Amino acid sequence: MTGTGDGRTAPAGDVIGYRRDEGAHPPYLYPDYVGTRRRAPDRPLVVVPHTLSEITGPLYGHSSIGELDHDLTRQHAGEPLGQRIIVHGRVLDGDGRPVPDALIEVWQANAAGRYAHEVDDHPAPLDPNFSGAGRCLTGSDGRFEFITIKPGAYPWKNHPNAWRPAHIHLSIFGRAFVTRLVTQMYFPGDPLFDQDPIFNSVRDPRARARLVSTFDPERTVPEWALAYRFDIVLRGRDATPMEA
Amino acid sequence: MPGITPSQTVGPFFHVALPAYAGPELVAPDVPGAVRIEGVLRDGAGEPVPDGMVEVWQAHPSGRYDHPEDPRTDLPLTPGFTGFGRCGTDAQGRFAFVTLKPGCVPGPGGSMQAPHIEVAVFGRGLLKQLFTRLYFPDEAKANAADPVLALVPAEQRHTLVAAAGEGVLRFDITLQGPDQTAFFDV
Repeated sequence: MTGTGDGRTAPAGDVIGYRRDEGAHPPYLYPDYVGTRRRAPDRPLVVVPHTLSEITGPLYGHSSIGELDHDLTRQHAGEPLGQRIIVHGRVLDGDGRPVPDALIEVWQANAAGRYAHEVDDHPAPLDPNFSGAGRCLTGSDGRFEFITIKPGAYPWKNHPNAWRPAHIHLSIFGRAFVTRLVTQMYFPGDPLFDQDPIFNSVRDPRARARLVSTFDPERTVPEWALAYRFDIVLRGRDATPMEA
Repeated sequence: MPGITPSQTVGPFFHVALPAYAGPELVAPDVPGAVRIEGVLRDGAGEPVPDGMVEVWQAHPSGRYDHPEDPRTDLPLTPGFTGFGRCGTDAQGRFAFVTLKPGCVPGPGGSMQAPHIEVAVFGRGLLKQLFTRLYFPDEAKANAADPVLALVPAEQRHTLVAAAGEGVLRFDITLQGPDQTAFFDV
Protein backbone atom coordinates (compact mmCIF):
# COMPACT_ATOMS: atom_id res chain seq x y z
CA MET A 1 0.00 0.00 0.00
CA THR A 2 1.10 3.52 -0.57
CA GLY A 3 0.00 6.70 1.08
CA THR A 4 -1.32 10.06 0.09
CA GLY A 5 -0.99 13.67 1.07
CA ASP A 6 1.69 14.32 3.66
CA GLY A 7 2.44 10.64 4.20
CA ARG A 8 0.49 10.29 7.43
CA THR A 9 -1.65 7.49 6.01
CA ALA A 10 1.17 5.41 4.53
CA PRO A 11 1.64 2.09 6.31
CA ALA A 12 4.63 0.66 4.35
CA GLY A 13 7.09 1.02 7.22
CA ASP A 14 8.47 -2.48 7.69
CA VAL A 15 11.87 -2.54 6.06
CA ILE A 16 14.86 -4.83 5.79
CA GLY A 17 17.57 -3.33 7.96
CA TYR A 18 21.34 -3.60 8.06
CA ARG A 19 23.31 -5.97 10.26
CA ARG A 20 24.78 -4.54 13.45
CA ASP A 21 28.50 -4.29 14.04
CA GLU A 22 29.96 -7.34 15.76
CA GLY A 23 33.07 -5.75 17.17
CA ALA A 24 34.93 -4.49 14.11
CA HIS A 25 34.48 -0.81 14.92
CA PRO A 26 36.42 0.85 17.73
CA PRO A 27 34.63 1.79 20.96
CA TYR A 28 33.66 5.42 21.52
CA LEU A 29 35.81 5.58 24.64
CA TYR A 30 39.42 4.56 24.09
CA PRO A 31 41.37 6.44 26.77
CA ASP A 32 44.77 6.01 25.07
CA TYR A 33 43.35 8.31 22.40
CA VAL A 34 42.99 11.32 24.68
CA GLY A 35 40.48 13.04 22.42
CA THR A 36 37.85 10.38 23.24
CA ARG A 37 37.84 11.06 26.99
CA ARG A 38 35.57 14.11 26.91
CA ARG A 39 33.73 13.20 23.74
CA ALA A 40 32.61 9.61 24.18
CA PRO A 41 29.00 9.36 25.36
CA ASP A 42 28.71 7.89 28.87
CA ARG A 43 25.04 6.93 28.75
CA PRO A 44 24.05 3.70 27.05
CA LEU A 45 23.15 4.01 23.40
CA VAL A 46 19.47 3.54 22.65
CA VAL A 47 18.95 0.52 20.39
CA VAL A 48 16.49 1.53 17.69
CA PRO A 49 15.02 -0.39 14.77
CA HIS A 50 15.85 0.48 11.20
CA THR A 51 13.07 2.34 9.42
CA LEU A 52 12.84 4.02 6.04
CA SER A 53 14.84 6.86 7.59
CA GLU A 54 17.82 4.61 8.33
CA ILE A 55 17.87 2.48 5.18
CA THR A 56 17.77 5.46 2.82
CA GLY A 57 20.53 8.00 2.34
CA PRO A 58 21.93 10.49 -0.13
CA LEU A 59 22.76 9.11 -3.58
CA TYR A 60 24.98 10.97 -5.96
CA GLY A 61 24.97 11.23 -9.71
CA HIS A 62 27.98 11.04 -11.99
CA SER A 63 27.33 14.58 -13.11
CA SER A 64 28.48 15.91 -9.77
CA ILE A 65 32.03 14.54 -10.10
CA GLY A 66 34.64 16.37 -12.13
CA GLU A 67 36.84 14.44 -14.55
CA LEU A 68 40.01 15.10 -12.53
CA ASP A 69 38.52 14.99 -9.05
CA HIS A 70 40.14 11.58 -8.43
CA ASP A 71 43.62 12.85 -9.34
CA LEU A 72 45.17 14.83 -6.50
CA THR A 73 48.35 15.35 -8.52
CA ARG A 74 46.68 17.46 -11.22
CA GLN A 75 44.86 20.16 -9.29
CA HIS A 76 47.50 22.86 -9.65
CA ALA A 77 49.89 24.35 -12.18
CA GLY A 78 52.70 22.01 -11.19
CA GLU A 79 52.98 18.50 -9.82
CA PRO A 80 53.17 17.96 -6.06
CA LEU A 81 56.38 16.68 -4.50
CA GLY A 82 56.43 13.13 -3.21
CA GLN A 83 56.09 9.52 -4.28
CA ARG A 84 53.30 9.26 -6.85
CA ILE A 85 50.90 6.40 -6.02
CA ILE A 86 47.73 4.82 -7.34
CA VAL A 87 45.22 3.89 -4.63
CA HIS A 88 42.51 1.57 -5.86
CA GLY A 89 40.08 -1.04 -4.64
CA ARG A 90 36.46 -2.00 -4.46
CA VAL A 91 33.58 -0.99 -2.21
CA LEU A 92 31.65 -4.11 -1.20
CA ASP A 93 28.71 -4.73 1.08
CA GLY A 94 28.91 -7.17 3.97
CA ASP A 95 27.86 -10.02 1.68
CA GLY A 96 30.68 -9.36 -0.75
CA ARG A 97 28.56 -7.68 -3.40
CA PRO A 98 29.95 -4.59 -5.16
CA VAL A 99 28.44 -1.25 -4.16
CA PRO A 100 28.07 0.85 -7.33
CA ASP A 101 27.83 4.65 -7.42
CA ALA A 102 29.23 5.03 -3.92
CA LEU A 103 30.74 8.47 -3.32
CA ILE A 104 34.25 8.31 -1.86
CA GLU A 105 35.87 11.49 -0.60
CA VAL A 106 39.54 11.49 0.42
CA TRP A 107 41.85 13.91 2.17
CA GLN A 108 45.43 13.63 3.34
CA ALA A 109 48.65 15.37 4.36
CA ASN A 110 51.30 16.21 1.79
CA ALA A 111 54.55 14.30 1.38
CA ALA A 112 56.07 16.23 4.28
CA GLY A 113 53.22 15.31 6.62
CA ARG A 114 51.50 18.70 6.56
CA TYR A 115 47.83 19.37 5.83
CA ALA A 116 46.79 22.39 3.79
CA HIS A 117 44.65 23.40 6.77
CA GLU A 118 44.95 26.43 9.04
CA VAL A 119 44.83 24.28 12.19
CA ASP A 120 47.93 22.31 11.15
CA ASP A 121 50.90 24.44 12.23
CA HIS A 122 53.61 21.85 12.66
CA PRO A 123 56.93 22.93 11.13
CA ALA A 124 56.85 21.07 7.83
CA PRO A 125 56.51 22.77 4.46
CA LEU A 126 53.28 23.27 2.60
CA ASP A 127 53.30 22.24 -1.04
CA PRO A 128 51.75 24.89 -3.31
CA ASN A 129 50.89 22.13 -5.77
CA PHE A 130 48.99 19.92 -3.33
CA SER A 131 45.63 20.56 -1.68
CA GLY A 132 45.20 16.96 -0.58
CA ALA A 133 41.49 16.47 -1.33
CA GLY A 134 39.73 14.36 -3.96
CA ARG A 135 36.56 12.41 -4.72
CA CYS A 136 35.20 9.77 -7.01
CA LEU A 137 32.26 7.42 -7.51
CA THR A 138 32.58 3.65 -7.65
CA GLY A 139 31.77 1.99 -10.97
CA SER A 140 29.12 -0.65 -11.54
CA ASP A 141 31.62 -3.25 -10.26
CA GLY A 142 32.29 -1.23 -7.08
CA ARG A 143 35.77 -0.24 -8.26
CA PHE A 144 37.44 3.08 -7.55
CA GLU A 145 40.85 4.64 -8.14
CA PHE A 146 42.69 7.69 -6.91
CA ILE A 147 46.03 9.09 -8.02
CA THR A 148 47.92 10.95 -5.34
CA ILE A 149 51.25 11.12 -3.53
CA LYS A 150 52.18 9.10 -0.48
CA PRO A 151 51.41 11.22 2.60
CA GLY A 152 54.06 11.76 5.24
CA ALA A 153 53.74 10.86 8.92
CA TYR A 154 53.15 13.79 11.23
CA PRO A 155 53.50 14.58 14.94
CA TRP A 156 50.55 15.25 17.24
CA LYS A 157 50.22 15.94 20.94
CA ASN A 158 48.34 12.85 22.15
CA HIS A 159 51.31 11.50 24.12
CA PRO A 160 55.06 12.27 24.25
CA ASN A 161 56.66 11.98 20.82
CA ALA A 162 53.39 10.85 19.23
CA TRP A 163 53.33 10.43 15.45
CA ARG A 164 50.44 9.43 13.23
CA PRO A 165 51.36 6.66 10.80
CA ALA A 166 51.01 7.78 7.18
CA HIS A 167 47.35 7.55 6.23
CA ILE A 168 44.68 8.71 3.82
CA HIS A 169 41.25 9.67 5.19
CA LEU A 170 38.26 8.22 3.34
CA SER A 171 34.58 9.09 3.64
CA ILE A 172 32.19 6.68 1.96
CA PHE A 173 28.47 6.92 1.28
CA GLY A 174 26.84 3.58 0.63
CA ARG A 175 23.13 3.18 -0.01
CA ALA A 176 21.92 4.15 3.45
CA PHE A 177 22.50 6.68 6.20
CA VAL A 178 23.54 3.79 8.47
CA THR A 179 26.11 2.43 6.01
CA ARG A 180 27.97 5.73 6.00
CA LEU A 181 31.63 5.13 6.86
CA VAL A 182 34.54 7.41 7.63
CA THR A 183 37.85 5.62 7.98
CA GLN A 184 41.59 5.85 7.36
CA MET A 185 43.76 3.79 5.03
CA TYR A 186 47.28 2.97 6.21
CA PHE A 187 50.36 1.66 4.41
CA PRO A 188 51.85 -1.81 4.95
CA GLY A 189 54.69 -2.27 7.42
CA ASP A 190 54.52 1.18 8.98
CA PRO A 191 56.81 1.26 12.06
CA LEU A 192 54.50 3.79 13.73
CA PHE A 193 51.53 1.40 14.12
CA ASP A 194 52.38 0.19 17.63
CA GLN A 195 52.33 3.64 19.23
CA ASP A 196 49.21 4.94 17.44
CA PRO A 197 46.07 4.84 19.59
CA ILE A 198 43.72 5.63 16.70
CA PHE A 199 44.89 2.60 14.71
CA ASN A 200 44.93 0.45 17.85
CA SER A 201 41.46 1.56 18.97
CA VAL A 202 40.25 -1.19 16.63
CA ARG A 203 40.68 -4.02 19.10
CA ASP A 204 40.19 -7.02 16.83
CA PRO A 205 43.55 -7.59 15.07
CA ARG A 206 41.82 -9.03 12.01
CA ALA A 207 39.64 -5.94 11.73
CA ARG A 208 42.67 -3.71 12.29
CA ALA A 209 44.49 -5.47 9.45
CA ARG A 210 41.64 -4.41 7.14
CA LEU A 211 42.72 -0.78 7.61
CA VAL A 212 46.10 -1.50 6.01
CA SER A 213 46.37 -1.33 2.24
CA THR A 214 48.43 -3.88 0.34
CA PHE A 215 51.24 -3.06 -2.06
CA ASP A 216 49.99 -4.02 -5.51
CA PRO A 217 52.83 -4.63 -7.96
CA GLU A 218 50.34 -5.63 -10.68
CA ARG A 219 48.87 -2.13 -10.78
CA THR A 220 52.19 -0.35 -10.48
CA VAL A 221 52.90 1.63 -13.64
CA PRO A 222 56.55 1.25 -14.72
CA GLU A 223 58.57 4.45 -14.49
CA TRP A 224 55.52 6.35 -13.25
CA ALA A 225 53.75 5.24 -10.03
CA LEU A 226 53.55 2.63 -7.29
CA ALA A 227 50.15 1.15 -6.43
CA TYR A 228 48.28 0.19 -3.26
CA ARG A 229 45.03 -1.71 -3.00
CA PHE A 230 42.38 -0.94 -0.38
CA ASP A 231 39.03 -2.72 -0.39
CA ILE A 232 36.25 -1.17 1.68
CA VAL A 233 33.48 -3.34 3.14
CA LEU A 234 30.27 -1.68 4.32
CA ARG A 235 27.54 -3.18 6.50
CA GLY A 236 25.55 -6.07 5.08
CA ARG A 237 21.81 -6.44 4.92
CA ASP A 238 19.60 -8.44 7.23
CA ALA A 239 17.85 -11.41 5.66
CA THR A 240 14.37 -10.49 6.85
CA PRO A 241 12.45 -7.38 7.87
CA MET A 242 13.02 -6.07 11.37
CA GLU A 243 10.62 -7.15 14.06
CA ALA A 244 8.23 -4.40 14.96
CA MET B 1 31.37 -13.13 4.28
CA PRO B 2 34.00 -10.36 4.30
CA GLY B 3 34.51 -8.45 7.53
CA ILE B 4 33.48 -4.82 7.51
CA THR B 5 36.03 -2.03 7.36
CA PRO B 6 36.39 -0.44 10.80
CA SER B 7 35.61 3.21 11.35
CA GLN B 8 38.32 5.74 12.22
CA THR B 9 37.99 9.30 13.41
CA VAL B 10 37.34 12.01 10.83
CA GLY B 11 40.18 13.92 12.56
CA PRO B 12 40.58 17.69 12.75
CA PHE B 13 41.48 18.32 9.09
CA PHE B 14 38.37 17.17 7.22
CA HIS B 15 37.63 20.75 6.14
CA VAL B 16 40.11 20.41 3.28
CA ALA B 17 37.70 17.98 1.60
CA LEU B 18 34.28 17.45 3.07
CA PRO B 19 32.44 20.78 3.22
CA ALA B 20 33.14 21.38 -0.46
CA TYR B 21 30.70 18.71 -1.54
CA ALA B 22 27.55 19.29 0.47
CA GLY B 23 26.71 22.32 2.52
CA PRO B 24 24.49 23.44 5.37
CA GLU B 25 21.82 24.99 3.17
CA LEU B 26 19.54 22.24 1.89
CA VAL B 27 17.42 25.05 0.48
CA ALA B 28 18.07 28.75 0.02
CA PRO B 29 17.03 30.78 3.10
CA ASP B 30 14.47 32.78 1.08
CA VAL B 31 12.54 29.71 -0.12
CA PRO B 32 9.00 29.68 1.33
CA GLY B 33 8.87 27.27 4.26
CA ALA B 34 12.62 27.35 4.87
CA VAL B 35 13.47 26.40 8.46
CA ARG B 36 16.71 27.47 10.12
CA ILE B 37 18.20 25.10 12.69
CA GLU B 38 21.04 26.26 14.94
CA GLY B 39 22.96 24.43 17.62
CA VAL B 40 26.17 24.13 19.57
CA LEU B 41 28.15 20.91 19.84
CA ARG B 42 29.62 20.49 23.35
CA ASP B 43 31.86 17.94 25.02
CA GLY B 44 31.56 16.36 28.47
CA ALA B 45 33.18 19.38 30.12
CA GLY B 46 30.60 21.68 28.55
CA GLU B 47 33.23 23.10 26.19
CA PRO B 48 32.28 23.81 22.57
CA VAL B 49 33.66 21.34 20.05
CA PRO B 50 35.32 23.44 17.31
CA ASP B 51 36.31 20.53 15.06
CA GLY B 52 33.11 18.54 14.75
CA MET B 53 30.94 17.87 11.74
CA VAL B 54 27.19 17.33 11.68
CA GLU B 55 25.41 15.58 8.82
CA VAL B 56 21.64 15.47 8.34
CA TRP B 57 19.37 13.32 6.21
CA GLN B 58 15.64 13.72 5.97
CA ALA B 59 12.45 13.11 4.03
CA HIS B 60 10.94 15.68 1.71
CA PRO B 61 7.97 17.76 2.96
CA SER B 62 5.68 15.08 1.48
CA GLY B 63 7.23 12.49 3.79
CA ARG B 64 8.98 10.68 0.95
CA TYR B 65 12.70 10.03 0.81
CA ASP B 66 14.51 10.74 -2.43
CA HIS B 67 15.75 7.16 -2.60
CA PRO B 68 14.74 4.09 -4.63
CA GLU B 69 13.89 2.09 -1.50
CA ASP B 70 11.07 4.43 -0.58
CA PRO B 71 8.16 2.75 -2.39
CA ARG B 72 5.71 5.64 -2.01
CA THR B 73 6.29 7.06 -5.45
CA ASP B 74 2.88 8.74 -5.45
CA LEU B 75 4.20 11.29 -2.95
CA PRO B 76 5.86 14.29 -4.58
CA LEU B 77 9.55 15.16 -4.33
CA THR B 78 10.54 18.80 -4.03
CA PRO B 79 12.70 19.72 -7.04
CA GLY B 80 16.28 20.61 -6.19
CA PHE B 81 16.03 19.23 -2.66
CA THR B 82 18.13 16.17 -1.80
CA GLY B 83 17.46 15.91 1.93
CA PHE B 84 21.18 15.75 2.79
CA GLY B 85 23.27 18.44 4.45
CA ARG B 86 26.62 18.80 6.16
CA CYS B 87 28.06 21.47 8.45
CA GLY B 88 31.43 21.72 10.18
CA THR B 89 31.32 23.39 13.59
CA ASP B 90 32.99 26.77 14.02
CA ALA B 91 35.38 27.97 16.73
CA GLN B 92 32.43 28.31 19.13
CA GLY B 93 31.13 24.82 18.34
CA ARG B 94 28.22 26.23 16.37
CA PHE B 95 26.50 24.59 13.42
CA ALA B 96 23.44 25.63 11.43
CA PHE B 97 21.25 24.23 8.68
CA VAL B 98 18.54 25.70 6.49
CA THR B 99 16.05 23.10 5.34
CA LEU B 100 12.41 22.22 4.76
CA LYS B 101 10.40 20.49 7.43
CA PRO B 102 10.04 16.81 6.52
CA GLY B 103 6.69 15.05 6.42
CA CYS B 104 5.77 11.98 8.45
CA VAL B 105 7.41 8.68 7.59
CA PRO B 106 5.95 5.22 8.20
CA GLY B 107 7.50 3.17 11.00
CA PRO B 108 7.52 -0.50 11.93
CA GLY B 109 4.32 -2.45 12.48
CA GLY B 110 1.97 0.04 10.84
CA SER B 111 3.13 2.87 13.09
CA MET B 112 3.74 6.43 11.91
CA GLN B 113 6.89 8.34 12.76
CA ALA B 114 6.72 12.01 13.66
CA PRO B 115 8.55 14.41 11.31
CA HIS B 116 12.23 14.05 12.12
CA ILE B 117 15.73 14.59 10.77
CA GLU B 118 18.42 11.93 10.99
CA VAL B 119 21.58 13.40 12.51
CA ALA B 120 25.14 12.02 12.51
CA VAL B 121 27.98 13.63 14.46
CA PHE B 122 31.63 13.24 13.47
CA GLY B 123 34.71 14.80 15.00
CA ARG B 124 38.21 14.51 16.30
CA GLY B 125 37.93 12.20 19.30
CA LEU B 126 34.95 10.38 17.81
CA LEU B 127 36.23 7.06 16.52
CA LYS B 128 32.90 6.47 14.79
CA GLN B 129 29.96 8.71 14.12
CA LEU B 130 27.19 9.19 16.65
CA PHE B 131 23.61 8.85 15.48
CA THR B 132 20.65 10.78 16.82
CA ARG B 133 17.47 12.43 15.56
CA LEU B 134 15.94 15.88 15.64
CA TYR B 135 12.19 16.16 16.28
CA PHE B 136 10.04 19.27 15.96
CA PRO B 137 8.57 21.17 18.92
CA ASP B 138 5.25 21.86 17.19
CA GLU B 139 4.49 18.14 16.77
CA ALA B 140 3.69 17.18 20.37
CA LYS B 141 0.99 14.70 19.41
CA ALA B 142 3.01 13.01 16.65
CA ASN B 143 6.11 12.98 18.87
CA ALA B 144 4.15 11.25 21.64
CA ALA B 145 3.19 8.49 19.20
CA ASP B 146 6.63 8.15 17.58
CA PRO B 147 7.92 4.56 17.85
CA VAL B 148 11.60 5.54 18.00
CA LEU B 149 11.24 8.42 20.46
CA ALA B 150 9.30 6.02 22.69
CA LEU B 151 12.46 3.87 23.04
CA VAL B 152 14.46 6.78 24.47
CA PRO B 153 14.51 6.96 28.29
CA ALA B 154 11.91 9.55 29.33
CA GLU B 155 14.46 11.81 31.04
CA GLN B 156 16.54 12.02 27.84
CA ARG B 157 13.69 12.43 25.37
CA HIS B 158 13.74 16.22 25.46
CA THR B 159 17.30 16.20 24.09
CA LEU B 160 15.91 15.10 20.72
CA VAL B 161 13.22 17.77 20.42
CA ALA B 162 14.43 21.08 19.03
CA ALA B 163 13.43 24.24 20.91
CA ALA B 164 11.40 26.93 19.15
CA GLY B 165 13.12 30.32 18.99
CA GLU B 166 12.59 33.50 17.00
CA GLY B 167 12.46 32.22 13.43
CA VAL B 168 14.87 29.46 14.31
CA LEU B 169 14.91 26.02 15.88
CA ARG B 170 17.62 25.38 18.48
CA PHE B 171 19.16 21.93 18.64
CA ASP B 172 22.24 21.66 20.85
CA ILE B 173 24.16 18.39 20.92
CA THR B 174 26.05 17.37 24.06
CA LEU B 175 28.40 14.43 23.70
CA GLN B 176 28.78 13.41 27.35
CA GLY B 177 27.67 14.12 30.91
CA PRO B 178 24.35 14.79 32.63
CA ASP B 179 23.02 16.79 29.68
CA GLN B 180 24.10 14.22 27.13
CA THR B 181 22.01 13.96 23.99
CA ALA B 182 20.42 10.55 23.50
CA PHE B 183 22.44 8.66 20.89
CA PHE B 184 21.37 5.57 19.02
CA ASP B 185 22.78 2.14 18.40
CA VAL B 186 21.63 1.65 14.84
